[in-house]
Amino acid sequence: MSETEHIWIARDYSKCSGCRRCEIVCSLSHEGKIWPEASRVRVFMLVPGVEIPHLCVQCSDYPCVDACPADALSIDRQTEAVIVDKEKCTACGRCVEACPGKIPYMHPTENYAVICDLCGGKPKCVEACAEGGWYALEIIKREDTPTFELFAKTPEEITRNVIRKLYGEEWEEAV
Amino acid sequence: MRGYAGKFLEVDLSAGSIKELKFDDEVLRQYIGGRGLAVKILWDRLGGKWETVDPLGPENILLMLTGPLTGYAPGVRLCVSGKSPQSNGVVGSTLATELAIDLKCAGYDGIIFTGEAEKPVYLFIKDSDVEIKDASHIWGKDGKETLKILVKEGREELESRYKQHGLWKDPSAVYIGPAGENKSRLAVVAAKWVHAAGYGGYGAVMGSKKLKAVVAKGTGPLPDVDDMERTLKVTDELLKINFKRTVFRRWGTGYLGYDVGVNSSSEPVWNWQEEWHDEKSFGVDQFERIWVKPYWGDFGCPKTCLKIAVIKSGPFKGAITDNPDYENQAYLGTNLGIFTPEGNVYMTALIDDLGLCGIQTGNVLGFAGELYQRGILTKDDLDGLDLKWGNVEAFASLARMIAERRGIGNILAEGTYRAALKISELKGVDVLKYAVVAKGIGIGAHGIRSEEDYPGYESYPCSVQGGDHTSVARLPINHENSELRIILYDSGVLCWFNFFDTEAQDLIWDLLEAVTGWKITPEDWFGTTARRIIHIQRTLLLLGGPDVRWKPKLDDDVPPRWYEPLRKGPYKGKAVDPERIERARSEYYEAIGWDEKGIPKSEELRRLGLDDVDKRLEELRRST
Repeated sequence: MSETEHIWIARDYSKCSGCRRCEIVCSLSHEGKIWPEASRVRVFMLVPGVEIPHLCVQCSDYPCVDACPADALSIDRQTEAVIVDKEKCTACGRCVEACPGKIPYMHPTENYAVICDLCGGKPKCVEACAEGGWYALEIIKREDTPTFELFAKTPEEITRNVIRKLYGEEWEEAV
Repeated sequence: MRGYAGKFLEVDLSAGSIKELKFDDEVLRQYIGGRGLAVKILWDRLGGKWETVDPLGPENILLMLTGPLTGYAPGVRLCVSGKSPQSNGVVGSTLATELAIDLKCAGYDGIIFTGEAEKPVYLFIKDSDVEIKDASHIWGKDGKETLKILVKEGREELESRYKQHGLWKDPSAVYIGPAGENKSRLAVVAAKWVHAAGYGGYGAVMGSKKLKAVVAKGTGPLPDVDDMERTLKVTDELLKINFKRTVFRRWGTGYLGYDVGVNSSSEPVWNWQEEWHDEKSFGVDQFERIWVKPYWGDFGCPKTCLKIAVIKSGPFKGAITDNPDYENQAYLGTNLGIFTPEGNVYMTALIDDLGLCGIQTGNVLGFAGELYQRGILTKDDLDGLDLKWGNVEAFASLARMIAERRGIGNILAEGTYRAALKISELKGVDVLKYAVVAKGIGIGAHGIRSEEDYPGYESYPCSVQGGDHTSVARLPINHENSELRIILYDSGVLCWFNFFDTEAQDLIWDLLEAVTGWKITPEDWFGTTARRIIHIQRTLLLLGGPDVRWKPKLDDDVPPRWYEPLRKGPYKGKAVDPERIERARSEYYEAIGWDEKGIPKSEELRRLGLDDVDKRLEELRRST
């Protein structure tokens, strides 16, 4: 691995405004269109007011990369992001099964998985979130710690955590 | 046709059939979408028999429409319309919901519902797979429970049908609560617990059609625009303008519950007996205490002016709603003599859950409160409730009675105007003078007596949407708050709150052209396009029926209450001047192209190619 400093996208769900500007800028950047269902970051709203921007956490052991039978996933050495080879990917869904947070998903019209590529090191979603002063997504330095992997959770798990913080534990059953 | 998905869904609930339909480019160019297109569809299909169409009968048509700017303009709205059970005219009633985005991404610009289902149903849309599903198990559920079931079922459906996809994001939904099911004329079409298309009473129309909800997941992109580069340049400017509105972003309309009372003296207090108060307990600092999210909003919104309020202790523990916004602070707060954030949040969350409109319900609750204060309604009439100002539990119980149509709730569920007629008859006293309504619609929480707020003398009297504070008449007709301008927002369909600034208002023509490729100038809009829409809307409002009809000119007035002087505050003694109302009305008629009685002029209608509308008005012109 190179000696460059890597970034990580920290997420404070309780600050997410639900504006979904991250989905807009992500899909514009990757697809040239406003396309929420093809965005690399997806905002789940299982309970109103508890919006969850769901995106790759770059686990240190990359279980998705290991699970890929088509050798379509690789790790970008500059950013440590997972890169999907659109030609090789068969959209078999093994990466989704392997991901502890079930974060990858299949492109709605093309035959490949969609995973955050960190925009090559300058994530558009983080810029959009800062521009509006929301700071639900922020860049921090990536260090050698298993802590980052803790964030690879499903939207249901995250929602239950956040709802406890925002609304109180009696609201967990609302999920 | 750029900016449009290109097709609409037509769902016949009586037959249980679904088809797709398209409109000619010329129709869309003339009526755009949302409110404008709703007016056109209703005129074409029901205009000939309007007076006999029961808004709560199978003949009525329910519309849920987007517009070409939806999703591109910052701040998403969906326009709900049909024949209104409140005004018997047409109201373009908008709400914030990602359903507008899902519809367009599924390939549809809107939905037209006709007929009525035999048993409760909901519509489920996954791109071009559209299905009418049973809703018996959801019927009777309140707002929060309804949405929970819809999201869960929707995701399960998507996950079982499209297994390879990975996790499915929640589909979006609009729905009704018990009030809509029971056809209360105060019922809303709701989304996300707290959002509502309130004005018009379309929740009751959904209820009459036994349509509990619409749920959608669209997986495509937003429709292509004419010039993407220009579209993004304009939207970027709009974002920047709105990011600068720091006060509004910080507090939303949640600081106005105090401010409008103390500052502009135009806030309803005790059923508008006052419009001034200085209750610091209702200041935004007291609301901030219970806000758990600094910014909350909907798809694409830079302002995110909503906040989430949660009551974590005390008798109202567990209540959750947004800010509440100013209208709910006023109508479910000050108008009922409630001056604590806790009481106000509790009332607002309850109204959300019941599927009632905060404005219309607060209006009728305040009306009932005044009748109780005056001894016209007694505890016996109210199933024992002590409806004293500020009694949160009593007003909450009465709201439940309205949603369930129990006891006097059955009368109040008809809305303030119709309830006033009925109670006058039952009690043998005129109570219509305590009804603060315009054309059957409870007036929004912005009074005109102090003349310090944005609505002027022509505002509610001349509006084609009655008491709707989001669509008041205003001179000159191209004024930044004029009804013709609001028609553009409601037809676009987008959020007015992101177009407060003059700079933003100037950009809308660029955005319209960048998205649609149509060059529509302000001259075209205020002189031609919007005129067609407002004249048809005025015509349908005057045709009215079947239960009530409005008299041209005579009913273009403010409520009697506003002719009484303000009793307190810096504007004490100010009342509406009847001569100035007369003058404002005449000036407005003249400017918009209506005759001295307020009926659209023949030559004006023919100039706009609306000969059929002109013909339809012949009888009204003769009889008035």
